Amino acid sequence: MLDLQGDVVEHVDHLERLGITAVRVKEPSDFVHLAGLIIPGGESTCLSRLLNIFGIREIILREFQRGLKLWGTCAGTILLAGKVMDESPCLSLIDIEVQKNAFGSQLDSFTAEVTVPRVAPKPIPLTFIRAPKITRVGRAVDVLLRQDDYIVAAESHNVLVTVFHPELTPSLAFHRYFALKCGLKPSADEESSVIDPTWNSRSWTRYARF
Amino acid sequence: MDRERYELNVQLAQMLKGGVIMDVVNAEHAKIAEEAGAVAVMALERVPSDIRKEGGVARMSDPALIAEIKETVSIPVMAKARIGHFVEAQILETLKIDYIDESEVLTPADEECHIDKTKFAIPFVCGARNLGEALRRIAEGAAMIRTKGEAGTGNVVEAVRHIRTVNREIRQLVNMPVEEVTGFAKANGFPYELALQVRELGRLPVVNFAAGGIATPADAALMMQLGCDGVFVGSGIFKAENPARRAEAIVKATAYYNDPAKVLEASIGLGSAMPGIEISDIPENQILATRGW
Repeated sequence: MLDLQGDVVEHVDHLERLGITAVRVKEPSDFVHLAGLIIPGGESTCLSRLLNIFGIREIILREFQRGLKLWGTCAGTILLAGKVMDESPCLSLIDIEVQKNAFGSQLDSFTAEVTVPRVAPKPIPLTFIRAPKITRVGRAVDVLLRQDDYIVAAESHNVLVTVFHPELTPSLAFHRYFALKCGLKPSADEESSVIDPTWNSRSWTRYARF
Repeated sequence: MDRERYELNVQLAQMLKGGVIMDVVNAEHAKIAEEAGAVAVMALERVPSDIRKEGGVARMSDPALIAEIKETVSIPVMAKARIGHFVEAQILETLKIDYIDESEVLTPADEECHIDKTKFAIPFVCGARNLGEALRRIAEGAAMIRTKGEAGTGNVVEAVRHIRTVNREIRQLVNMPVEEVTGFAKANGFPYELALQVRELGRLPVVNFAAGGIATPADAALMMQLGCDGVFVGSGIFKAENPARRAEAIVKATAYYNDPAKVLEASIGLGSAMPGIEISDIPENQILATRGW
């Protein structure tokens, strides 16, 4: 878990539910023995600033060359995109074009429930918070989920991007899917990962106690 | 506000964790804040230290100014409504900003009632000096809490007092047998159901930022180490000698609050901080934190 800013502990909670050991990384020396890296939701301008200031950006690019798998949720998608409307890209590791904050203000944030065949057999709850849209994908990128005239989930060989937040829902399906992409063995199977009945919207707080 | 909308509003605050929300009074400031790495901006006409100096009634800012700031940045935009002034809140909701701060920095419009925030779809953040105040605001529909501190002073002492009070009361709740919760809740004005939830979670059920008096990277890291989820900086940035550098330094120190070497690095060469005020020098009727209940 990239631990600079944003909804870090929400992802950690989901990974632990799948029996995956989550390590929070924020120093260059932390980036060892990682199978994958999740870039969480948060504010992309803040995250990109911090990535640049402390040289983490170069470390991620180096580890990517060595085979590190990456997943960006919401702001993470913006950081991974090759093109961002009206600004320069940050990591540029997947050939997609994104439009930031494409739905409007917080009043336009919403939830949905959609089946993503490649990820799980049953409908998955999705949460969009001031989300970006993926407006174009390159040839080497597969679309996982399209809604209306835009794309909300896509992947290349090494990178997964979702403009919504699976970590804010009871579904472990996308975390399981990413774990498999990283070559890990999540404890839940395809069926049981769709909804974890023991999760609730305050589960994150157990990792954010003082 | 239905349950689902409320959860979305709590979740937006979760996205801000580990970040800095900065007061800005114009589009130029907003751009500086965004480029420095702010996770949101608070759009207002005067920063708290100017409100304190100039006196008079402080109201919601000119909607045109808020709209201009909203056009300038892609990060969330917050704005303040007076305590109890639900029509100012209606205007801000219609303006489609991202978060309303029902704030003691403005002159209260109602000395008995806070805004019924459950009537709105837009999220609210509210100030608190202790656990009771925080839980009462949550019961009224606040999706995020900030400890009040004493705004516009550049003095972190009240912010420290308030987070320590909240933490102490949470520890007391967690450690007491359940039959004692009723009396403790009564004595401190906690809504009972929320007190039980805090006892179970061991923290507030929503994101809690620090506010009021944070002026240096060290102040920000202090509040983070005391258990806040992020910080608001009001007058501390644009009343300092070099706002852009200070803003970025506070962002760095907030992200790396547990790393003294990085906080040191962030603290070097920032120029002078905003002038501070000793709390005991402020006349009692000009203390902002005691507004609201």
